[in-house]
Amino acid sequence: MQNKSTKALYLIPYGAWILLFVVAPIALVVYYSLFDIHGDFTFSNYKAFFSSVYLELTLSSFWYAFLITLFSLLISYPTAYFLTKTKHKQLWLLLIIIPSWINLLLKTYAFIGIFGQYGPINAFFAAIGIGSTQLLFTDFSFIFVSVYIFIPFMILPIFNAIDRLNPALIDASRDLGASPWTTFRRVILPLTMNGVKSGIQVTFIPALSLFMITRLIAGNKVITLGTAIEQQFLVTQNWGMGSTIAVFLILFMFIIMLFTGQKEKGGASVGKTK
Amino acid sequence: MGKQSNAQKLFLALVFIILYAPIFFLIFYSFNSNGTMSSFESFTWEHYAAVFDDTRLIMIVLNTVIVALLSALISTAIGVLGALAIVYLKNRKLRNTLLSLNNVLIVSPDVIIGASFLILFTAVGVRLGFASVLISHIAFSVPIVVLMVLPKLLEMSDSLIDAARDLGASGRDVLTRVIIPYIKPGIFAGFFLALTYSLDDFAVTFFVTGNGFSTLSVEIYSMARAGISLTINALSGLIFIVTIGLVLVYYALNRRNRTPVTGVKK
Repeated sequence: MQNKSTKALYLIPYGAWILLFVVAPIALVVYYSLFDIHGDFTFSNYKAFFSSVYLELTLSSFWYAFLITLFSLLISYPTAYFLTKTKHKQLWLLLIIIPSWINLLLKTYAFIGIFGQYGPINAFFAAIGIGSTQLLFTDFSFIFVSVYIFIPFMILPIFNAIDRLNPALIDASRDLGASPWTTFRRVILPLTMNGVKSGIQVTFIPALSLFMITRLIAGNKVITLGTAIEQQFLVTQNWGMGSTIAVFLILFMFIIMLFTGQKEKGGASVGKTK
Repeated sequence: MGKQSNAQKLFLALVFIILYAPIFFLIFYSFNSNGTMSSFESFTWEHYAAVFDDTRLIMIVLNTVIVALLSALISTAIGVLGALAIVYLKNRKLRNTLLSLNNVLIVSPDVIIGASFLILFTAVGVRLGFASVLISHIAFSVPIVVLMVLPKLLEMSDSLIDAARDLGASGRDVLTRVIIPYIKPGIFAGFFLALTYSLDDFAVTFFVTGNGFSTLSVEIYSMARAGISLTINALSGLIFIVTIGLVLVYYALNRRNRTPVTGVKK
């Protein structure tokens, strides 16, 4: 081992990074939340946050995030489960992951074309006699695109959890007379809950704070906490209010992490949760 | 775990189709001579030519690549030092605190990182533009490098270092000839992830960039807000090829190192 002074030297750049870019930004957000648009010290931002406008916004943001997480989970769990049964499962998993590497903006942009007035979905609707429908700028398109974006991030931790499951446990459960459904509910699901929790964590928190998809796909119809922060910072220039919403978003983030946190590190959620 | 029924195969096939359809849809229409994403007229390379003719766009691509390379290099250096510092900390409590702080930026939503960095840069007086974007990218890439390097350091046996010491190696030798070669796979994985995070980042850059500076993601966003332009489709074709290349490199690296690193990213 090396002597004390070199060890201390390692700590300097990293410690500086933590102070400057982890501690200071959060402290600054809290500090700015206490000032109004004219720079006067006030608690009015917090009072405003508890007004009906912002409470409604928070509720609807949670509702959308809930729906997005739910649909992602409903698609991802069976996908992950079936994937573990395929012959070349690592290859198939890689194929699931590749779309997550494609630039997010491009994937979102694709849906502007797909859901557009003259896009393939509307062409299909016209062909089967429904006629063209407004798809873009609806709740449906927003949730669909978000689910599309999050599926790979949800599948990965669940896949890892199911893959680590000891198959002998399932055989044992069958031998003891459990039906496939009971085996799933009482054995497989509880043992893979950690993967599900990681999946929820990497979906729900970003879903609360989406702002790019809401702007491009939902027009300005859907407003999430993320959109509200972006609006306050970059459009209205009311940094105080923006910071106040950010403070609450950080609080929600910690609460969600508390609920979905795990005692043993599953190592399943290395991917960046953006 | 049993055999697959046809229904399961169908379900998987559907998921794969949905995942890939939008990407191929984009690339397909990048060859459309009619300037829309709805009716395919005839095959053309003109949108690709338009990408290469647009000097402003080329400049933006260069900016993006420079920021990505620089931020990945610097964040890897800081991250490796950070991982070493964490490993050398004997105080358990302090160590866990550092690890929790390390993960804050990983779980924080982009909007929070972007907004808080914007406040930080304004408070300190950093001009918004190249510098602020580069610093932010370094900042959000450091924790992932730490997470990639740390397991390698932890699995390294102390006797390796003791042996080097007994054989007369100085502290510097131990670091450069024993530790660094051992954790090299982790360093590469960290550098690579930092690179791709930087290339892909939209939200943070969107907050901290000024008027004169733009990266590819931010540029695509403003183009997409203006409506459909097949130049974006041509760009996506090019980016798709580069991305596939990067994925292959990453998995080749991983396979060689046999480290089970989960390669999901946004």
